[in-house]
Amino acid sequence: MTDCNIKGLVHAHETFGAVDGPGVRYVVFLQGCAMRCMYCHNPETWAMGNDEWKAEEWDAKSLFEKAYKYKTYWGKNMDRGGITVSGGEPLLQMDFVTEFFRIAKAKGVHTALDTSGQPFSNDSAYLEKFDELMKYTDLVMLDLKAFDSELHKKVTGFGNANILDMAKYLSDKGKTMWIRRVLVPGLTDGEDELKRLSEFIKSLKTVEKVEILPYHTLGLFKWKKLGIDYPLEDVRTPSKEEIEKAKEILGIN
Amino acid sequence: MTDFKAWEGFDGRIWKLEVNVRDFIQKNYTPYDGDSSFLEDPTDATNKLWGRLSELQKEERANGGVLDMETEKVATLTAYGPGYIDESMKDLEKVVGLQTDKPLKRAFMPFGGINMAVKACETNGYTPNPELIKIFTEYCRTHNQAVFDVYTPEMRAARSNKIITGLPDAYGRGRIVGDYRRVALYGIDFLIEEKKKDKVACGESSMRDSVIRAREEVAMQIKALEDMKIMAASYGYDISKPATNAREAVQWLYFGYLAAIKTQNGAAMSVGRVSTFLDIYIKRDMDAGILTEKDAQELIDHFVMKLRMVKFARTPDYNQLFTGDPVWATLEVGGIGMDGRSMVTKTDYRFLRTLENMGPSPEPNLTVLYSSALPETFKKYTSEISIRTSSVQYENDDVMKPIWGDDYSICCCVSATQTGKEMQFFGARANLAKCLLYAINGGVDAKTLKQVGPAYKPITSEYLDYDEVIEKYVAMMEWLAKLYVHTLNAIHYMHDKYFYEAAEMALIDTEVKRSFATGIAGFSHVVDSLSAIKYAKVKVIRDPESGVAKHFEIEGDFPKYGNDDDRADDIAIWLLRTFMEKIKKHHTYRESEPSTSILTITSNVVYGKATADMPNGRKAGEPLSPGANPAYGAEQNGLLASLNSVAKLPYHWALDGISNTQTINPAALGATEAEQTEKLAQILDGYFDQGGHHVNINVFGTEKLIDAMEHPEKEEYANFTIRVSGYAVKFIDLTREQQLDVIARTCHDRL
Repeated sequence: MTDCNIKGLVHAHETFGAVDGPGVRYVVFLQGCAMRCMYCHNPETWAMGNDEWKAEEWDAKSLFEKAYKYKTYWGKNMDRGGITVSGGEPLLQMDFVTEFFRIAKAKGVHTALDTSGQPFSNDSAYLEKFDELMKYTDLVMLDLKAFDSELHKKVTGFGNANILDMAKYLSDKGKTMWIRRVLVPGLTDGEDELKRLSEFIKSLKTVEKVEILPYHTLGLFKWKKLGIDYPLEDVRTPSKEEIEKAKEILGIN
Repeated sequence: MTDFKAWEGFDGRIWKLEVNVRDFIQKNYTPYDGDSSFLEDPTDATNKLWGRLSELQKEERANGGVLDMETEKVATLTAYGPGYIDESMKDLEKVVGLQTDKPLKRAFMPFGGINMAVKACETNGYTPNPELIKIFTEYCRTHNQAVFDVYTPEMRAARSNKIITGLPDAYGRGRIVGDYRRVALYGIDFLIEEKKKDKVACGESSMRDSVIRAREEVAMQIKALEDMKIMAASYGYDISKPATNAREAVQWLYFGYLAAIKTQNGAAMSVGRVSTFLDIYIKRDMDAGILTEKDAQELIDHFVMKLRMVKFARTPDYNQLFTGDPVWATLEVGGIGMDGRSMVTKTDYRFLRTLENMGPSPEPNLTVLYSSALPETFKKYTSEISIRTSSVQYENDDVMKPIWGDDYSICCCVSATQTGKEMQFFGARANLAKCLLYAINGGVDAKTLKQVGPAYKPITSEYLDYDEVIEKYVAMMEWLAKLYVHTLNAIHYMHDKYFYEAAEMALIDTEVKRSFATGIAGFSHVVDSLSAIKYAKVKVIRDPESGVAKHFEIEGDFPKYGNDDDRADDIAIWLLRTFMEKIKKHHTYRESEPSTSILTITSNVVYGKATADMPNGRKAGEPLSPGANPAYGAEQNGLLASLNSVAKLPYHWALDGISNTQTINPAALGATEAEQTEKLAQILDGYFDQGGHHVNINVFGTEKLIDAMEHPEKEEYANFTIRVSGYAVKFIDLTREQQLDVIARTCHDRL
């Protein structure tokens, strides 16, 4: 079932996303996330309401029409781009995203979901909705903050058992995935951690690409603006060598 | 039918019966859809010559921007004997010819205005011979003096208050592209014969002033053609007959161009569309086994080296308008023919390759005539070159071709012109942002507090009412358009009379079409101001003494141009069309066809200084946004939303061009060069498929600009080239203000 009246809370739009999925992407950043990643570069999307930052309510059809204006940038046969829903955490607004993607697929537009997987659950009612979303999702970009659950909890405030379950579930379902890892020196770049992550990724059948996202400090000013203490104040960005080493462990060439 | 031995192996007949280079190209060129792997590195000779030229450029910069100036003689076609980059290496030069007797030495050109010629010398520490000054003040009139003799007081006021600005009344108007290919294809004697026939035909039936003038002009053209032969002979070449091989074709063509830049100091001295033409000669020689790829690349490298050496003596005022010593030696590659065949040849690649062989450079102003239907391999190569050098601009062949055909050139920054068939009356621009303030203030200039426009009733309400503002704005635009056209008519009448472009016009059909190119400055600020008045509330703060609206307070939010929001973008379309319709009402000199552009060059900074606070929140003195670019900070939805807004402006209302400049951080374009290349091509496909006319692409981060501003002495920045509105400059040659302006503009860099 789809509901045309369902509204999504949109934090921002980016008409030119070149690093948010295959090709040129129209990226919708949804408002609201439960996790509190230490290095989050969009902390303004955490809040679930639209009070603190100007989030806008959109219905799926209007949002799609807005995005579809960029189809000429997505390749001659719309095979070099599409739409990406990111966040915040898009799975927190699953009904809305499902409707948005359903409309997009009807027009032949490639759809990508950029998620941390945190809201995922094996609960059957949840899975029913999740399956419906997956019907219209071409690619899931799963950002695995950490493989070790304790570390995951330290970085985000949550363990990751359900997130690893989601990866396995998608693998079993045959859903194409990209696995992404934000590389923070001294935090998420441990050799053992990366090796275990690599083993896990190898066990998945549908991973098309593994990406390293080097930690950057461009979002730092937002923490200051929001008046939140930044937990990684003294952490630097990874060096070229550190990135190369991580890539080697994860088998990225 | 004439048939030269030099034409052996070329197909077609029409071009042999009449001067018709397009026909020659269409009958003989070979499209190339392969990749760039055939290209060659520079030869030793190229490296030596370019090395020497780089040293001279360094000396020039160390000298304050000028290496040497003429003070003793007036520039003519035959004023100088031969000159070389370096006398001791002259045998290495495959293409020869300098504007004066020494490299980078600037000629003395008084015909545009003796005062400017003298000022250009003196501000650079040179003293012209007093005899020259005496001749051009006491015995000869010049363009600048004549224009000021006929200006009305109203024109002078509009000029000094800078609502009409950048006018070519003190420098050569430029923008006339001779069909320099004709020299190579036909040789000078054939062209003289054709002009003689035209002269006979002209004046057979009556002897009105237009006919007398035409006869005089053709006579001057024939004299210029004769002088071109003398000029070439001084280098040991006889160009009376057609070029017999590729090297001669490049040389003959360059002599045609050299004739133009020896005699005219126009703001834009474009080269034109020459790549496909030259490829025919190069291919013929290669097929005959007398030219290798290495030789071919060397020819193009040496030709381009010459185009990098073009210099004119300029005044400080001029340099403020057009910073970085530009000459707009614009040269096109790419494009699609009327028959649907790609016009990309190997020589199109060779021209782009010069940016790698000799490093990035602002000149020649390399322009890709773009269509998403161009070969993918070529699109890939142009994107690569853009990413590596930021030295290329793109213009939409799909929107220009239906109007100008498939043999047009770009005659300045972005403006199309049919090669060899048209000339243009360049008109700089009207500041429509100031015009809006005049509408609000009843013709009083908010900066100077002078009554410049007509004393219509000013707006006196506390909050601006949209309908009232529009009504008054339309009336004020009506006044401005009329005054602007009249001013340009006066300028071009005098330019024809005192500074006629005989050398360029000799290489254009006698029955020439003329366009009348007006321009708009302050575009996005007007659009956003009107949007603010319509969708938010704008309160006027008036100067208590004069009653002039000095500041504006905006209450509430409003849609801004640059976000793909029709509410704002529709105002933009309305503004363009309204202005153009007003321009069209008036008689334009010599029955020329009026057009307009949204293009400011670097003059956006100077224009901004003369413009007071605007109702969109822009503060007095801040630079106007360049060309058709959205206002600073207005873009909230990323690069493509900004491109979509600009692409909505209908090209047919701005046939002189709609300039857009974008800077993209390489990391935001993709992780690898292969990804970046593919995505840049996608951006261009998407923008141009929607009808966008022009875009400058810069690929670098803000950090690099800041570092270059702070450390201009670093070797890596010596040739650091960036695209600005309609041309390219070396970043370190910009004034600090302009550097800050470039840095302040939105760099699309979301990561």
